[in-house]
Amino acid sequence: MAEREKRPIPLEFEKPLELLRQQIERLKEQLASQPQLEGDVERLEDQYERLQKSLYTNLKPLDHLAIARHPHRPYTRDYFDRWDPQWIELHGDRKGRDDDAMVCGLLQLSDDVKVVAVGTQKGRSLRDKQQCNFGMPQPEGYRKALRLFKHAEKFGLPVVTLIDTPGAYPGLTAEEHNQAEAIAVNLLELAGLKVPVVSVVTGEGGSGGALAIGLANRVLMLEHSVYSVISPEGCASILWKTAEKAMEAAQAMRITAREILELGVIDGVIDEPLRGAHHDADTTAANAKAAILNQLKDLMKMSAEEVRNDRQAKFRAIGAFNE
Amino acid sequence: MDLKEWFANRKKPKEDQNLAPKLPMSNEEYCALWKPCFQCRELLYVRDLRTNMSVCPKCKYHFRIGADERIEQLADEGSFHELDAKMTSSDPLGFIDTESYTKKQQDAERKTGLRDAVITGICKINGEEVALGIMDFAYFGGSMGSVVGEKVTRLIEKAIEKRIGVIIISSSGGARMQEGLLSLMQMAKTSSALKSLADEGLLYISLLCEPTFGGVTASFAMLGDIIIAEPGARIGFAGRRVIEETIRQKLPNDFQTAEYLLKHGQVDMVVDRLSLKDTLGKLLNFHKNDGNSALAGAKKKDKVGSRA
Repeated sequence: MAEREKRPIPLEFEKPLELLRQQIERLKEQLASQPQLEGDVERLEDQYERLQKSLYTNLKPLDHLAIARHPHRPYTRDYFDRWDPQWIELHGDRKGRDDDAMVCGLLQLSDDVKVVAVGTQKGRSLRDKQQCNFGMPQPEGYRKALRLFKHAEKFGLPVVTLIDTPGAYPGLTAEEHNQAEAIAVNLLELAGLKVPVVSVVTGEGGSGGALAIGLANRVLMLEHSVYSVISPEGCASILWKTAEKAMEAAQAMRITAREILELGVIDGVIDEPLRGAHHDADTTAANAKAAILNQLKDLMKMSAEEVRNDRQAKFRAIGAFNE
Repeated sequence: MDLKEWFANRKKPKEDQNLAPKLPMSNEEYCALWKPCFQCRELLYVRDLRTNMSVCPKCKYHFRIGADERIEQLADEGSFHELDAKMTSSDPLGFIDTESYTKKQQDAERKTGLRDAVITGICKINGEEVALGIMDFAYFGGSMGSVVGEKVTRLIEKAIEKRIGVIIISSSGGARMQEGLLSLMQMAKTSSALKSLADEGLLYISLLCEPTFGGVTASFAMLGDIIIAEPGARIGFAGRRVIEETIRQKLPNDFQTAEYLLKHGQVDMVVDRLSLKDTLGKLLNFHKNDGNSALAGAKKKDKVGSRA
């Protein structure tokens, strides 16, 4: 029973797989009294493996989105805790608020690499979720991140950012405290930062709210994460006039890691365990850490000027037009 | 259509569409001559309106204007030289919603005579040379895709090369969805260029016009050394309806207007269109490097010190 509770909630497209698994379990229960069923069990298990493989090699954009939004998906704190159990959390924007949707801290990533880490945090329990505003930072969250970027620059430490947010919070006080300016200033300051920055989209990369901590020398995405200029639902309701066309919108906008790699916006895709990061957070965190260290290895050889030029040149080159 | 019917229809588009009140006219001949003021509903003769810089003489409502009219109003006569006039978007995603992006672009070009949502160039304002970028809401809601990002970036680079200031006039619904993530990255590209401009100690004035939202506000529009808003312009990050749906409460009537932003410390000033050119001219003149600045003075002192 306890085993069952721990199992992640199956997603919509995983339903056939789930049905098959239940059948296998029922059959196994009967196995003790009817040994002749053993062949059937094996056959079904074989079928299960094949179905699983075909499901996960033919994922649609919305399936990726569902995995990226899975309630059990590892969040920023899960990564930080696994990378450095002793990591030191820093709080507040020094101007009147500490935004829990933005987690900031100092991490010993490996024996010889110390980093300033910043990431958006969605909550796990309902209370957590409310506390973290469902991963949508307020302007104060972005200013807190900016404070940490400056801290990193002052002490010559590389910056690692983890992105998993539906977007910047659209609220009354967020507007009054100038959400747009908070994001814009982060972009400007990140462009000029003299230390290496590596960003990883771990779940949802939601528009400007994601980019505000994503203007990095190297941008990586987890295999099932998504990154888009607007949520597929939002795009569908504007262009198709109904949110039900989210599937079409997701397809048209190209939001998945592999497609964005093809577009040339990101620098690499980090493998997730079969069936997604939520099935094995430890492996996912280890993969992500290895990928980040691999990128930092090259970046940390550059001079301050080079690292800054490298970042500016990366974004200068993005765009598609005719003249 | 008779007047009665026209009056009955007049209010509808404004309610339907949050950002862009459409012209409520279907009879083109009639519209060519007369235009109602959106605010006080006064019927205005189009030619008079244009000589008054498209500001309602009665209630001071600022009509949304195109890039060409803006150049006419701001640039010294004959001084505007356009840059990158031929640049067009290449539909990198092969985006299709109800129609293809390419088709929509062609329609927009035919309707507006524009190739994309921004016109950039070098001009003089009251004799001061400046790099001027003007967004035009008529083309794809002034949205920022690769072309807007690239043209704005090149404009800033040109200003650095010529060591002159930059003025960007924004009017945009945000990033262009049809170019996906490439549009989002234009925020990074333009902001990055502005960082270089700032490092060179050159002036950037951002003018926010009805309406400025989303990715444009959250990048170059909010990064001005000086930020000016036009009276009544709606400016913000998220749209009003999205915010109302999120927080489930009614927002103040003047929420996200230029005046509201001034009250909340987000813009330096709200300037009437009739005095805009003078204001910009003065600001450009004030920031002109005439060897009179504190920094230049300090440098001179250093030199004297080293000689002694």
